[in-house]
Amino acid sequence: MRSDGSPRAGFGLKLSAALGILFLHVPLALIVLYAFTTEDKSFAFPPPGLTLKWFATAWHDRPDIWPPLWLSLKVAVIATALAIVLGTLAAAALYRASFFGKESLSLLFILPIALPGIITGIALRSAFDIMGIPFSTWTIVLGHATFCIVVVYNNVLARFRRTSGSMIEASMDLGADGFQTFRHVVLPQIATALLAGGMLAFALSFDEIIVTTFTAGQQSTLPIWMLNELIRPRQRPVTNVVAVLVIAVTFIPILLAYYLTRDGEHTAGAGK
Amino acid sequence: MMAARAGTVSDFFFRRPGLLTLALLAPPLLWIGVVYVGSLFALLLQSFYHLDDFSGLVVHEFTLSTYAQLAAPANLAIITRTVTMAAVVTIAAAILAFPIAYYAARYAKGPMKALFYLAVMMPLWSSYLVKVYAWKLILAKEGILGWLAAQLHLTPALNALLATPVIGGPSLSISYIGTFLVFTYIWLPYMILPIQAALERVPKTLIEAAADLGAHPGQTFRTVLLPLALPGVVAGSIFTFSLTLGDYIIPAIVGNSRPFIGQTVYALQGTAGDIPLAAAFTVVPMAIMAVYLTIAKQLGAFDAL
Amino acid sequence: MTSAVRFQNVSRHFGAVRAVDNVSLAIAPGEFFAMLGPSGSGKTTCLRLIAGFEQPTAGHIEIFGDTAEGLPPYRRSVNTVFQDYALFPHMTVGENVAYGLMIKGVARAEREARAKQALALIKLPGFETRRPGQLSGGQRQRVALARALVNEPKVLLLDEPLGALDLKLREQMQEELRALQHQLGITFVFVTHDQGEALSMADRVAIFNEGKIVQDGTPADIYERPRSRFVADFVGSSNVMGPDFAQRHGGPASWVSLRPEAIRVSAAAGIAAPGSADGQVIGLHYQGALTRVVIIAEGTRLIAAVPSGSVSLHEGDRVRFTWDRTALVAMADE
Repeated sequence: MRSDGSPRAGFGLKLSAALGILFLHVPLALIVLYAFTTEDKSFAFPPPGLTLKWFATAWHDRPDIWPPLWLSLKVAVIATALAIVLGTLAAAALYRASFFGKESLSLLFILPIALPGIITGIALRSAFDIMGIPFSTWTIVLGHATFCIVVVYNNVLARFRRTSGSMIEASMDLGADGFQTFRHVVLPQIATALLAGGMLAFALSFDEIIVTTFTAGQQSTLPIWMLNELIRPRQRPVTNVVAVLVIAVTFIPILLAYYLTRDGEHTAGAGK
Repeated sequence: MMAARAGTVSDFFFRRPGLLTLALLAPPLLWIGVVYVGSLFALLLQSFYHLDDFSGLVVHEFTLSTYAQLAAPANLAIITRTVTMAAVVTIAAAILAFPIAYYAARYAKGPMKALFYLAVMMPLWSSYLVKVYAWKLILAKEGILGWLAAQLHLTPALNALLATPVIGGPSLSISYIGTFLVFTYIWLPYMILPIQAALERVPKTLIEAAADLGAHPGQTFRTVLLPLALPGVVAGSIFTFSLTLGDYIIPAIVGNSRPFIGQTVYALQGTAGDIPLAAAFTVVPMAIMAVYLTIAKQLGAFDAL
Repeated sequence: MTSAVRFQNVSRHFGAVRAVDNVSLAIAPGEFFAMLGPSGSGKTTCLRLIAGFEQPTAGHIEIFGDTAEGLPPYRRSVNTVFQDYALFPHMTVGENVAYGLMIKGVARAEREARAKQALALIKLPGFETRRPGQLSGGQRQRVALARALVNEPKVLLLDEPLGALDLKLREQMQEELRALQHQLGITFVFVTHDQGEALSMADRVAIFNEGKIVQDGTPADIYERPRSRFVADFVGSSNVMGPDFAQRHGGPASWVSLRPEAIRVSAAAGIAAPGSADGQVIGLHYQGALTRVVIIAEGTRLIAAVPSGSVSLHEGDRVRFTWDRTALVAMADE
């Protein structure tokens, strides 16, 4: 027994936990490694040599990467903005509410991530068909915002629950009306949770493929571009380079989101 | 005056708090209700139509014949295959996740804990497609697993494994083993986090009480920790099960050519143009998940989400 | 004279629950008024009705003559000290205290000066730049007090403000609150479930039970002349005896209360006269100057508080106990 009273973990537990973590990370590390391989026809391991030339190739010789990248960024930004507004409203309403059916409503907001993405995708597609809506950036946004709402909702709701309810009453008691209370008390309290939810929503949207395939029509987002490269490879190492880029673009907001909510509310992951 | 008007609006909502809740709820509810639930209903509706065999057009008449098609042996096989895979993946993920979650929840402290958390979060949130792609690299014949087997002189064992009927195949990336590995890898973090959350909610005094009452560590684990972690496992399984049921990309990239529900739906609505059957197929995971969620709710899994 | 707070047949129902049930009360300006009762008795809801966090289902509320029902909290000249203090964690102590003034549009220099004054008043000078998270429970409570007082409310509402403090700090704060109230002359309405606190601090106490005020009066009134069994039970360690016991021993044919200090204990001898009875000592609890003697007499359990050392008693002794007839207070059976 140590002085703090907590027993040490057994060797078996430590080993299996370490192996589990290793299992989670080796594939990602390999992607990075393969971005530097000199072999471009197969996935030979170990790589026969290392080179930086694929980064240059991706930058200079593959203009087909850029439009999907821009489209992905554009969709992610709009979907995130929508999700922030709608998710915050939903969290505020359900936090305030004590009415019958509250449970079912919260289930409704979780549904888009609890049901397989293919259902959301094909459902949206058939709705677009029935209503004669042509595919556009907005059809992609529509789908993305739907499952991004829950990420913001979860983060903000968790923050509301940690915030003392009497704080809002205190503000009103001290003379602030609803809008002043929102500006001076509520918003500062939920700001970081909002930002974190937004970051995660961005990462989620930027990376989404399952629903997007159904709502994009002929358009190509970066994940769709990657999927095509996976099925019909042109230059495998260039795909590796783009994969590394995608890892980087999604890791930064996730790290930021973690940093913003690090005191106590780790609900972010369950929100995906 | 702006401020005065804001005050009046504020007064109005103060006297009608229910109306304020409604005003807050209306936009997100309309969005989810119209965009999402509306689409789901549109989909459900389609499943009651059928495809005319001769013209290849969808007949907009109420019929259950499309559902009857689900019972065809080939379609039943697809459903069984998918559900079996989802179940096996869920069990494997639970087994792999438990030690990680347990260590992170009960032993890791301070910076170590943050590190563990990030170590789970990063793979969870990093690109799905990139992760699938990584496994294509790993499972390729010339990839790292084959190389590792050769280094350890285990190539015959690997070949024997691949020669196993049903789960084997010409290479790992063209076999059920490969599909299973990728599914388990991709959904594992979704299992770790809820289990960890459930374990963290177990107060330390409970463990001490069990010890005080004479339970040795193994017994404490079995009689106290495991039952209390169960809602977490169930919460995690919602994700692993549901996500496996609906996925159509993983089995298309890593696996033999036998289709899963997701691929079938994708093919039916795309090239085949049989939207009714595709819709009926999606009702299967929906129904399974509805039952699953009901049971999960009974087990208190939603609090562990 | 205009009351500081006046309730006329006020009710607040939550669905089928009558949290406040037809309550009428009048609190005088400058009074220290305590609302005392068990949890769920409606005292906190009454406070929230005054503050404006709740609106009455029926009835009329006045604050210094002005109709209050229908007004949101931010249009009332009352301020609240919350049970959990409800300090804004994202603001400094100074910003917390100056919050009400900022909302009113008071210029920065003035509100800073007034916040400083308020902090000096509650004996935390120089705490402006600290964060609520860096303060102890007692300090937070003082800041919450300053934040309310700086607005110069006509009525200060305190919702179990001392509940989270330890005993010693609580006693100190009781004295300070009392002194502060005298100094400022503001009407204080104080909610508590601690009868000792209510009796020692308030000018007047209202006892709540099941949404109604069952008795109100000065602390001495309440303590010495409980009007019902509930009050006698709740307010203190009064002995409560049934109608048959009281009648047998020369009292009224009703439930009666008898304070432990009004009982004298002696050795049992001869036949007990009216105003006395015989019983058996079943417990002795030494409490410094007084010893509490637990007696069973005719199936009724009684407690007598006698000066320690005045009588030599042992468990199991047969004793006679005597009381003044005037000390026997008749009560309603509720």
